[in-house]
Amino acid sequence: MKQRGILVRDFSHYYGQTRSLNKINLDVYRNEILGIIGPARSGKSTFLACLNRLNDLIPGSRVEGKILVDDRDIYGPEVDVVALRRKLGMVFATPVPLPLTIYENIVFGVRLLGNNNRRELDLLVEDSLQKAGLWNEVKDRLHSSALKLSGGQQQRLCIARVLALKPQYIMLDEPTSGLDPISTMKIEDSLRSLKKDFTIILVTNNTKQAARVADRTAFFLMGELVEIDETPVVFTRPSDRRTEAYLEGKFG
Amino acid sequence: MGNRWKLQPRTEQKLVQFLMYVLTSVAVLVLVFILAVILKNGLPQLSLEFLTRNPADMGREGGILSTIVATIFLTFIALLVATPLGVGTAIYLTEYTVESRITRIIRFGAECLAGIPSIIFGLFGFILFVNKLKFGWSILSGGLTLAFMVLPTIIRTSEEAIKAVPPAYRLVSFSLGSTRWQTVTRVVLPSAIPGIVTGVILSIGRSIGETAAVIFTAGSALRLPTSLFSSSRTMSVHFYILAKEGVSLPKAYGTAAVLVISILIINIATYYMMERYIKRKS
Repeated sequence: MKQRGILVRDFSHYYGQTRSLNKINLDVYRNEILGIIGPARSGKSTFLACLNRLNDLIPGSRVEGKILVDDRDIYGPEVDVVALRRKLGMVFATPVPLPLTIYENIVFGVRLLGNNNRRELDLLVEDSLQKAGLWNEVKDRLHSSALKLSGGQQQRLCIARVLALKPQYIMLDEPTSGLDPISTMKIEDSLRSLKKDFTIILVTNNTKQAARVADRTAFFLMGELVEIDETPVVFTRPSDRRTEAYLEGKFG
Repeated sequence: MGNRWKLQPRTEQKLVQFLMYVLTSVAVLVLVFILAVILKNGLPQLSLEFLTRNPADMGREGGILSTIVATIFLTFIALLVATPLGVGTAIYLTEYTVESRITRIIRFGAECLAGIPSIIFGLFGFILFVNKLKFGWSILSGGLTLAFMVLPTIIRTSEEAIKAVPPAYRLVSFSLGSTRWQTVTRVVLPSAIPGIVTGVILSIGRSIGETAAVIFTAGSALRLPTSLFSSSRTMSVHFYILAKEGVSLPKAYGTAAVLVISILIINIATYYMMERYIKRKS
C-alpha cells in the first residue's frame, strides 16, 4: 500500500500579477521517485520552490490552495519554515558548493543547529558522502576547498550536503543539466539507491532521464499539470495529446 | 575625401597605445614625484629619537611621539565606531530590505555625506562633541568626528562587497535551513570580508591623513594623551602647524615622511593579508 507524503490541492502560485502555477493537484508517495518533466518556464522549478517555501524569498510571490507535507499545511500560520527546508532538501541545477572545505560544506546544516561534536560530524560526513557516491574520490582531501572539485563531483557533494540534513524528501532541480554522461549516470545510480530511504522529486528537462529513473512522471506545461501517471504509462500511452507531442519532441 | 586623415588601423593602434602609455606615466610620475620630495627632505630627519621623544619647544626640537600616539588613538576610535555602524548599515540595505524609496534615500544620504568637505565635519564635530556634549578638544571628539567622516566610505565599500557575493550562496544557505542572520554571518560576510576590509583600510588612510576635521575637534596639545578626554595633536595637524607657522620645516618634512611611510606599510600589510585570506578560502 503506497503512503502519501505530500498532497497538493488546487495550488496556484503568482509572481506579482503573473500566474506561474495554475490549480495543481497531485500526490507524492513515500519512497518513490517522482519525475517532473516539461519545457522551460512550465513551472517545474517554481513548484519545487513552493514545496520548501524558497519562493518566500522572492518579492511579490503569492500562493493559493494547499500543500500538505506529512499531513501539515506548509503555508499554515504555525509552520517552522527552517524545519520545513530541512525536511525537504533541495539540489539545484548548477552545483553551488559554498566557498568552504568539502567537510564544512557537508556539515553546514548540522552546525546551524549548534552540533559541533567532532565524532558525530566525522561520521555524518563519511555516511553522507558514501550515500552520494563521492566518498572514495574525496576521502583523502576532506579539508581542501570544495571549489576544486569537478562539476560532477560538486553536484554529488551538493547531494551529500542535503543528505547530511537527514531530510525525508529530496528535491532535485535538473541536477544533471550541466554534467557529462558519466557524471549523470553516477547521479542517477545514487538516486535509485537513495529511494529506499527517501522520497525523491526529480525535475528534469531530459525526458529520457525521467524514463530511466522515475517511478511516476508528471508533465507540466505553462503552469499546469497536464498529466501524472506511472512512468511507463506516460511514455507509452499518454492520455493527453500535448504529452505525446512533447515526448515526441514536437515542441519544448 | 573625409578619409584623407584616416590612419592605418595598425598605426592608429600604435598611436593610441603610445598615448595611453604617456597618460599613465604622467599619473605615476606625479605620485613618484610627491613621494620623492617628501622622502628626500624627510628621511634625513628620521631617527629613533624622532620617533620616541615628545616634541619640545613647540616642535622645533625633539621628536613626534605624542602625535604618533594621538593619531593611532584617534584612528582606532574612528574605526571602532564607524566599522560596526557602516557594515551594519550595509547589511541592512542589502540583506534585510528590498530596494525601495527608503533604501534609496538612505543610500543617497550616505553619498551626500561622502561629498561634504572635511572641514565641515570639523565644524560639526566642534559644535556637537566639543561644545554641546562638552567632550572638549579631545581624542574622543576627534575620533567620533572622523568616524562620521569615513562612515560613507565603509557603507559604500561594504555594500558593494556584500552585493558581489553570488546570490546562489544565499539560496543554498536558506535551502539548508539557515535563518537570515545565519546566512549573513556564515555565508555572506565571510565572502565579503576582503571587500569590507578594503573599505576599512581606505578609511584608516583617510583618518590618519585628515587634518581639517581634526584640528577643530582633537585640539593641538603636544603632551602625550593620557585619556579619551586629552586634547592632542595628530601627525597631520602637527605637520600643518609646523609648516604654516614656520616653526620648523625640517621637522615638518620628517613628520610627513612618517605619515606617508605608515600609510604605505598599512596598505601593503593588509593587501598581503587579504591575498593570503583569499588563497586560503579558495
